[in-house]
Amino acid sequence: MSEGGAPGSGTPRPGASRAAVSKEPVAVVGIGQTRHVAARRDVSLAGLVREAARRALDDAELSWQDIDAVVIGKAPDFFEGVMMPELYLADALGAVGKPILRVHTAGSVGGSTALVAADLVAARVHRTVLTLAFEKQSESNAMWGLSLPVPFQQPLLAGAGGFFAPHVRAYMRRTGAPATVGSLVAYKDRRNALKNPYAHLHEHDITLEKVQASPMLWDPVRYSETCPSSDGACAMVLTDRAGARRAPRPAAWMHGGAMRSEPTLFAGKDFVSPQAGKDCAAAVYRQAGVADPRREIDVVEMYVPFSWYEPMWLENLGFAAPGEGWKLTESGVTELDGDLPVNPSGGVLSANPIGASGMIRFAEAALQVRGQAGEHQVPGARRALGHAYGGGSQFFSMWLVGAEPPAT
Amino acid sequence: MSATPGPAAERREVAVVAFAQSDHARDTAEVSEAELLLPVLQDALGQAGLRAGEIDFTCSGSSDYLAGRAFSFTMALDSVGAWPPIAESHVETDGAWALYEAWVKLLTGTAETALVYAYGKSSSGAVRDVLTRQLDPYYLAPLWPDSVSLAALQAQALIDAGDTDEAALAGIAARARADAAANPHARHSGPVPPGEYVVRPLRTADCPPVTDGAAAVVLAAGDTARRLCDRPAWIRGMDHRVEAHALGVRDLTDSPSTRLAAERAGAFEQPVDSAELHAPFTAQEVVLRKALRLDDRVRINPSGGALAANPMMATGLIRIGEAAQAVRRGASRRALAHATSGPCLQQNLVAVLEGEPR
Repeated sequence: MSEGGAPGSGTPRPGASRAAVSKEPVAVVGIGQTRHVAARRDVSLAGLVREAARRALDDAELSWQDIDAVVIGKAPDFFEGVMMPELYLADALGAVGKPILRVHTAGSVGGSTALVAADLVAARVHRTVLTLAFEKQSESNAMWGLSLPVPFQQPLLAGAGGFFAPHVRAYMRRTGAPATVGSLVAYKDRRNALKNPYAHLHEHDITLEKVQASPMLWDPVRYSETCPSSDGACAMVLTDRAGARRAPRPAAWMHGGAMRSEPTLFAGKDFVSPQAGKDCAAAVYRQAGVADPRREIDVVEMYVPFSWYEPMWLENLGFAAPGEGWKLTESGVTELDGDLPVNPSGGVLSANPIGASGMIRFAEAALQVRGQAGEHQVPGARRALGHAYGGGSQFFSMWLVGAEPPAT
Repeated sequence: MSATPGPAAERREVAVVAFAQSDHARDTAEVSEAELLLPVLQDALGQAGLRAGEIDFTCSGSSDYLAGRAFSFTMALDSVGAWPPIAESHVETDGAWALYEAWVKLLTGTAETALVYAYGKSSSGAVRDVLTRQLDPYYLAPLWPDSVSLAALQAQALIDAGDTDEAALAGIAARARADAAANPHARHSGPVPPGEYVVRPLRTADCPPVTDGAAAVVLAAGDTARRLCDRPAWIRGMDHRVEAHALGVRDLTDSPSTRLAAERAGAFEQPVDSAELHAPFTAQEVVLRKALRLDDRVRINPSGGALAANPMMATGLIRIGEAAQAVRRGASRRALAHATSGPCLQQNLVAVLEGEPR
């Protein structure tokens, strides 16, 4: 695999032709989100995406004419009942006469979409690209949209929680983590969400006791440890060095980005800590020159749809040794004022417009290093990791952004 | 819109080094998508002498709505053998756009090789009904206007404008199926009667056959491409553009997005001698020839095109693959490949391929 340090290590080849290739640095100069809610009955699909796109353009102080191409992502088309909705949305996104590319990599899609857009700038195919991801879950029922009918799947599962709960249980058995760790994550993320005006859930009366007393949905995952079902969109404007120089506000610079995939099911698959996640993080760290993520990364926005995925991903991403992730959570390291804040935005546990959730992680990481995260800003954040995953813990996309341009 | 940075000449060279496709069929109920893909992927990788694990980037195109299930591409990944994990992405549209994403990845310099694949089983549902779900969900989709009816509107607009007539369309249909006789993968070939009207003015022969199938392409950069095959088909340029969705605001007799994509791909800098056009309906070939300024000297769809086999989501990728094969076997010096998506040619991609020397 190739991004960064060892291009094309998979195939032997002469090295001379590659030395000339240098990627254009990629900057995030505009970010926009909708206020994520259970149902946006006041807007159409077009209205929803345009709201986020307009806010990203406003943030960058650019107009539609400044955009060369649009890269759009969302999770399955069945969630809204529109096949390839980018065709219908082309007008609303100012894409008429321009390229529009639709990405779909399951739950990781928001992150993957941003990475595809970043490649367009890095390859110097385009200078300024609008990237956007959305989901309007209220148009259908995502849980049943994910519960495939016979003959595709045996009727044993109901929604994503039913799929992931056994893997959480496996993590608990493997590490001996106390049963309360999940509730600590949910309590933290829901309190962080109170500082994020775009978060779906604003539970002002949240207490740890309430989380722990909430109904058990998929043992060991309780109701309050589960992501909500949201309508929302997130957009970013990515540009090159020249674009960043013109930007009115500080840019977030991309220092590394990667996608990795592995099959859904196979003998020997580790659902608790998938190899694809480890490989993806390693590729990003190699590109960004990060040797010790725990010390060198200031804040993490990771995809935690069920509370226990915070300690699981802390290990998978190399922030903690195997079996030790839950100790970071339990000791408060991942709190907003901790040593390694995780999901200061409130995370997926506080807003989950599925297809957009990965891009929100990427965008929130960028907001942190731009110093634009408002009340949930981590003081002095210089390097942030955005993380997304999807499918059966098999698709991963991540980027690392910094306040300074990458060394070229 | 800001200018495209850097002349294309400074870009990295990227070529098609292998192409494979299935023997397209009316119905493949007996195999899963992964089973449909597996031999095609093995064929393409075998031509390049590579194993899946040696590919730097993989990208695919498919549609959940054709498959009738969410996340249909996740199980298709089993045919690749993504273990150890691979760098991989997916587009929810024709595989030609997956090839575009992979081409961009190679241009960044972070990958030397890419595997692109696409598949579609149109037989899984009533494809004319399924495609109505692709339309504006508020104003158009509730009326269930099907894909043949919309194509018929376009054909009638062309006839009304004096750009073609039914006899000329029948000629396109006959030429495509005659050419397809030399294409072992085609589903319709040889003499095909015009048939009854499906939706006036389109007859059976003006419409594509419902088709299941898959295709795969291997891309490689620079010297890697030269090492992997004797005669790489170099992608000299590639671009894609979209038009407004509402048919009422478009001139259906023209395709400005195709023309713009062709301009950006450098198609007009020198004449091409062959073209693979993704025109599922005969009349759309007339629109595309006009937009691309292709005269009678240009060999159109020697493979038979989408009228001979239309495995949706793979049909556009197959056009690029067929154009590349024509270049690689010396049948074409400079070939144009086109792919489309959406109703009445809403979104279009153009690639220009050449052999050596430049």
